[in-house]
Amino acid sequence: MSIEAVPTGGADPGQSSVLEVEELAVTFTRRGEAATRAVDGVSFAVAAGETIGLVGESGCGKSVTSLAIMGLLPRRGVQVSGSVRFGGTELVGAADRTLRELRGADMAMVFQDPLSSLNPTVPIGTQVTEVLVEHEDLNRKQATAEAIDLLDRVGIPDPARRLKEYPHQLSGGMRQRALIAMALACSPRLLIADEPTTALDVTIQAQILELLRELVQGSGTALVMITHDLGVVAGLCDRVHVMYAGKIIESADRHDLFARPRQPYTGGLLASVPRLDAGRGTPLTPIRGSARDAIPWAEGCAFAPRCDNAQDDCLTEVSGSTVPLEYDGPGRELRCRHPLTHPPVASGATASGAAR
Amino acid sequence: MLRFILRRLVQLVPILLGLSILLFAWLRALPGGPAQAALGERATPEAIARYNELFGLDQPLYVQYFRFLGRAVQLDFGSSAQTGRPVTTEFLERMPGTIELTLFAMVFAIGVGIPLGYLAARKHGSWLDSTSVIGSLLGVAIPVFFLAYLLRLLFAVQLGWLPGSGRQDVRMDATRITNFYVLDGLLTREWDAAWDAVLHLVLPAIALGTIPLAIIVRITRASVLDVVNEDYVRTANAKGLATRTVRRRHILRNALLPVSTTIGLQTGLLLSGAVLTETVFAFGGVGSALRDAIFTRDFAVLQGFILLLAVVYVLVNLLVDISYGLLDPRVRVR
Repeated sequence: MSIEAVPTGGADPGQSSVLEVEELAVTFTRRGEAATRAVDGVSFAVAAGETIGLVGESGCGKSVTSLAIMGLLPRRGVQVSGSVRFGGTELVGAADRTLRELRGADMAMVFQDPLSSLNPTVPIGTQVTEVLVEHEDLNRKQATAEAIDLLDRVGIPDPARRLKEYPHQLSGGMRQRALIAMALACSPRLLIADEPTTALDVTIQAQILELLRELVQGSGTALVMITHDLGVVAGLCDRVHVMYAGKIIESADRHDLFARPRQPYTGGLLASVPRLDAGRGTPLTPIRGSARDAIPWAEGCAFAPRCDNAQDDCLTEVSGSTVPLEYDGPGRELRCRHPLTHPPVASGATASGAAR
Repeated sequence: MLRFILRRLVQLVPILLGLSILLFAWLRALPGGPAQAALGERATPEAIARYNELFGLDQPLYVQYFRFLGRAVQLDFGSSAQTGRPVTTEFLERMPGTIELTLFAMVFAIGVGIPLGYLAARKHGSWLDSTSVIGSLLGVAIPVFFLAYLLRLLFAVQLGWLPGSGRQDVRMDATRITNFYVLDGLLTREWDAAWDAVLHLVLPAIALGTIPLAIIVRITRASVLDVVNEDYVRTANAKGLATRTVRRRHILRNALLPVSTTIGLQTGLLLSGAVLTETVFAFGGVGSALRDAIFTRDFAVLQGFILLLAVVYVLVNLLVDISYGLLDPRVRVR
């Protein structure tokens, strides 16, 4: 996939953007408990045919971001603010009807666990055709023919027979393919894939990623890939946004990011990936601590407690301001006061090196 | 499927054998044996001895048991000490009434319970929700005979809106074919007889259906609350399906699986004799026959009815298992 063809600039809304997310914030409130801000001022854009990655550990807010875009968060106890513009339509605060018309037709989603994401009591066929019947104005017979074609396209053998089967009769990989078929049924302009390979074993993971890449490349679909797996990023994404504790902390082109990670967190993520070219017995370098050690952004950089580069001015009370997301060279943005520095010529770490 | 049913029917054999042994031992352990019951309180020891000899009751217990078993497999449970008629005949006359009552009670419980439980879950936390939760607690807690008595007092005795006893007005003189009074009325085109039988069923059915109703409300509500948080419901919403489709195909269909189990179990329970309700409404079903048999120590009737009811109960559960397989493809048997 060529990178030159892809518009750069994460928060800067390019004309061809399919999706523009601006200052998106999601707050969960529960009676008797302090409100939790799961997503905090996230901005990014995706152009047609572009694949972006939202990367981070569990609990960093990447899944909540995707659910907020799709309008799939429960209404009760959840506050969404900011703006999500999809092809000119504002989705934050949009009517349920508007969202239902767009979902499945123009924007679609593939979920993490293919077994629990499929209805166990409804045949696969019905679960594929119902999208078509809902959005495409097809009758049952046409929808069935279309569904057979779809299942065939996502690489499910003997699709006509599979239509009558139930999710528990399919293997994990087949289930994920079926989910992808449902998501792509109406040729959406935007596809969000939330850790689509996490529940699958490694060989199947590779197949599913390859399938997603093929399907997206041909149709000009914008793809948002949500993952904690840098291997997935290396193989698929044009641009990468690294999230930590609800905020984007670094945005860059894939190659730049792998070659010269600037945020110490990104550096830590890359260093903790096992590498084939490392010597035998070389220990992995994990990031110390866990995501639970994060401090509120208002008090300073959330990653500071785990960061090797952290200094006093990472804290708000010392510097007098919260850490901003700033321009960091062409096509790059960074939220860090003490980034990693690199020698002028990028060495060693390349995208392919980090990929599994 | 056929093999599954056959296997379950074969499993019925040890269950019934075990039950018959328990039943036999229990009845023999009761004070004042069958002879006393048949001959009365003041029977002389000689008379009792003669009676026992006549009916083989002086034989060792295991001989008595095998003799009983041998006749039981031919559906011969002897004759009632009270009426002198064969137990099996009595049972076949009485069971239709109980089946009718159970069906009406379950239609009431399901027809009200599922919509109410579903609405309570959808309006989770609203006044409707809390009312249905409290109401269903009350429904389970209230003694059936008390509720039956209240209903009868209010609607039959005080207001006179509905009949309060029996299965049909005795003046009806309706034709009997199957002993299902409603069905008989329909078959013979005696519409007024059928309608009268329906009216007689209303109050007992409400009394009997209240506990199943309360249980169905609670299970439906809890089950719907569970299912709406399932990933596949999120998938359905992500597909942009109409709210109606999401509710019907993806929420209700799955939420009703545990409810269907409950319905089956409750139906089995009601069929095996609503002794209290039938007694209050003088309803001539299996339940009131059992009560009479206990009071009069009619051993033949007790033994026969309880065993036959056990067969009914197990068969109903078999039906439940089969229908569960139809509803949930994951447990479908091949």
